[in-house]
Amino acid sequence: MTQEMSAKEFIARRIALELKDGDTVNLGIGLPTLVANYLPPGVTLMLQSENGFLGIGPVPEEITPIGQPRVVNAGGAPCSIIPGGSTFDTSISFALMRGGHLDACVLGGLQVDENADLANWMVPGKSVPGMGGAMDLAVGAKQVIVAMEHTAKGEKKILKKCDLPLTAKGRVSTLVTEKALFRFHDGKLVLEEYAPGVSVEEIRAETEASFIVSDKLKEMVISQVGL
Amino acid sequence: MKSKRLEIDKVASFLHDGMTIMYGGFMGNGTPPRLIQAILDSGVKDLTMIGDDTAFSDATKGPEGVGLLIRNKRIRKMITGHIGLNKEAQRQMIAGEMEIELCPIGSIAERIRAGGSGLGGVLTPTGVGTSVEDVPQDLTVNGQKYTKKPVFNINGRDFLYETPLRAELAVLEAVQADKAGNLVYYTSMRNHNPLMALAADTVIAEVHQIVEVGCIDPDHVMTPGVLVDYLVYPK
Repeated sequence: MTQEMSAKEFIARRIALELKDGDTVNLGIGLPTLVANYLPPGVTLMLQSENGFLGIGPVPEEITPIGQPRVVNAGGAPCSIIPGGSTFDTSISFALMRGGHLDACVLGGLQVDENADLANWMVPGKSVPGMGGAMDLAVGAKQVIVAMEHTAKGEKKILKKCDLPLTAKGRVSTLVTEKALFRFHDGKLVLEEYAPGVSVEEIRAETEASFIVSDKLKEMVISQVGL
Repeated sequence: MKSKRLEIDKVASFLHDGMTIMYGGFMGNGTPPRLIQAILDSGVKDLTMIGDDTAFSDATKGPEGVGLLIRNKRIRKMITGHIGLNKEAQRQMIAGEMEIELCPIGSIAERIRAGGSGLGGVLTPTGVGTSVEDVPQDLTVNGQKYTKKPVFNINGRDFLYETPLRAELAVLEAVQADKAGNLVYYTSMRNHNPLMALAADTVIAEVHQIVEVGCIDPDHVMTPGVLVDYLVYPK
């Protein structure tokens, strides 16, 4: 990892290479949203906004004031809809998720465990924002990519068993941190990539979950867009 | 044809303490501001509100939506999916001043759709194996009592049973209506509004523009006018 780049940017740059041209994708709020900034040339996604449309476009130059009809994203922030986009009600929007119509979703994470369980929606006694659409996304998208820093202030986040309330059981397909990329194969956690300068021993020391080291283990390559 | 027009000062006649109300909107986008204000002005309290989220407590970030009723302590219970951007909702929940039943947004939408469609509920994979199962229930299935949401294994896959939702009143926002109540929504403002139009005893829609019957192409109607009892619109 380069000195200047934040862990979040590094993770977003790696995930940008996971998505294929033409994929229908939901990017969660926060770190996952950054992924759209680093898509390589020639990769165009149809981004879903869970509040009811496909084709998230850029923030418009002129923002319509609050109280007048306007397009907002799932976080309530003004945005636009690209040509070719479509709008629908919440039932259709979540049918797209649960029904397996999304090629991938990218979600933030608080904890992931070796059973592919994800916890990302609440910290009892501290933060109870609600699960919003996270549970529907995690249960339904064809690929569930978790974007998460490897540890939090020294606390391990990749565990044998999540101890925070779960978002979904057994649904994580890929986990990307600033140190490693893991995939779940047949229910087993497999280390497939390490970040430049990070050893397998270091990853093991910062990971509580048991994992297999892939026989195709390689150094992580990230999107170079704008570098 | 009987007029569906409702003056805003007559909304109070549909309200009473302790009633259940559905409100359209997603982060306040598509929540009818004048109808929420009218509910506040009527003085009703102990409401049960069903909707996507609790919108914004910081008015510079977005509309306050149902938050107006939260801030003024008119709500006893909410069934909603997200309260993260409303600090007052979080405070009232933690302090025990307001009951909040958190439910995944996709499940809320389908529970409302089921309630409005004559269905017995929803079987969803969402929430299986999570604390969503543990929301207290007063439920009898085939004579058996359940105090939490039952999980049914159907052909090898687990599904959580979610009850249908209905309300005494739904308050909706649409960008355009004709005088027969046919509604057109604008982009992200549609969200739960068409589902709620099915699921309440009385449906009131606040619209930005009213047009004569026949001006909206039937193919462009998003909520059939027969579902809409009353329209609140500008002069």
